[in-house]
Amino acid sequence: MDLFVANFLNWQSFVMIWPLLAQGLVVTLKLVVVCLPLATLSGLAAGIAYSFAGKGLRRLIVVLIDLLRSFPALVLLVVIYYSLPALDIRISGFWAVVLALCLNNTGYFGEIFRAGLVSVDKGQGEAAHALGFGPVRAMVWIILPQAFRRVMAPCASNALELVKTTSIASIVAMPELLRSARVAQEQTYNPTPLTAVAVIFFLMLWPFSRWVSVLERRAIIARG
Amino acid sequence: MEELYANYFNMTIIAGALPSVLRGFLVTVEVALAVIVIGVALGLGLALLRLPGWKLVNGLITAWIELFRTLPQLVILIFLYFALPYAGIRLSPFAATALALGAVLSAFAAEIFTAAIMALPKGQWEAAQSLGFGPVRTLRMIILPQSVRLATPLVTNRIIAVTKGSALGVAVSLNDTLGAAQSYMSITANPSPLMLAAALYLAFFIPLVALSRAIERRMTLS
Repeated sequence: MDLFVANFLNWQSFVMIWPLLAQGLVVTLKLVVVCLPLATLSGLAAGIAYSFAGKGLRRLIVVLIDLLRSFPALVLLVVIYYSLPALDIRISGFWAVVLALCLNNTGYFGEIFRAGLVSVDKGQGEAAHALGFGPVRAMVWIILPQAFRRVMAPCASNALELVKTTSIASIVAMPELLRSARVAQEQTYNPTPLTAVAVIFFLMLWPFSRWVSVLERRAIIARG
Repeated sequence: MEELYANYFNMTIIAGALPSVLRGFLVTVEVALAVIVIGVALGLGLALLRLPGWKLVNGLITAWIELFRTLPQLVILIFLYFALPYAGIRLSPFAATALALGAVLSAFAAEIFTAAIMALPKGQWEAAQSLGFGPVRTLRMIILPQSVRLATPLVTNRIIAVTKGSALGVAVSLNDTLGAAQSYMSITANPSPLMLAAALYLAFFIPLVALSRAIERRMTLS
């Protein structure tokens, strides 16, 4: 037991490596702050484009969404990070991760918003039209507010997945939280940094994860 | 254009990479299958273990579920592979990847199976009891067939989402599709093998994403 504590929960080691982990945490948070709004907005744009589009364009949007969703996020990141230099495009690790996560999550958020907007009853748009609303005003004031309520739970769940996925940045040597912990572990020959990173992620995400569960349960009850 | 072609779709290099990347693809498929077996079996087992209402057991199962639903897959994988050896537990890259993703899938699956069992009306249990069924037989013959059917679409979607994580194996030097492509790329200094790997991943996951779309459509219709 003592050996276990000395190895996995070594306080001294934790104090020593904390500055490194704190830097990593800042990078992780930066990734989240940049990626989450961008991916949500581009997903929303894809969903809105779908509801205004004609048949051909609609099919194209669905194909694009499915294509983006089919890539494992890491495969997308590695392709972007290692293959762009061959085109003489220099991109930093940070922006490679942002690009990969945004593309991938445009697919996920796009599908959520698309399905949410489609699920709003057709009569709502027709009633708005009858009341003299133009298509844009009807979308903004009538359709979107109703769709937002329905997409809350899947959006929150996907946002959580996005935050978790930022850890793949460590694979392209971005010094985010997980990468910093790996570096610290290799320097100290002690796994405490890895325990610490798991604890930090858990403390940071658990309240959010509970909230997602509550939203999902509520959505199931509302549907049933 | 010529240059683009030579860099990304260089057929000589792709032909050279093909055998090792295909072997890697086989590893990806094996990891995916192992994750599904571990995750679904463990998830169902945990959901069943919750039924008798043992307080300590339920507390542990809830902790397991919360932990593996909340932590990033890669953090779990890195911990299994790089931290456990300090406790004398050495896992192969394959075992670490399959166990890490299997644990994540088991947490999501356990939640879904629990919800599906709870969704059945109590009268099912009471009717079975009045017909002389014991609790185990009721579960096996009455409850499970119905709740598994309820849970299948949701579990399938989770399986697809979690198996996409198999590429994370490269972080622990698993020689899967991505790993094999990366090592061939580093020899040739040409990203064509990555394009081959990306094409294989798409070939694997596009049908699955289409399947999950079909499942969602059926669920909203019913």
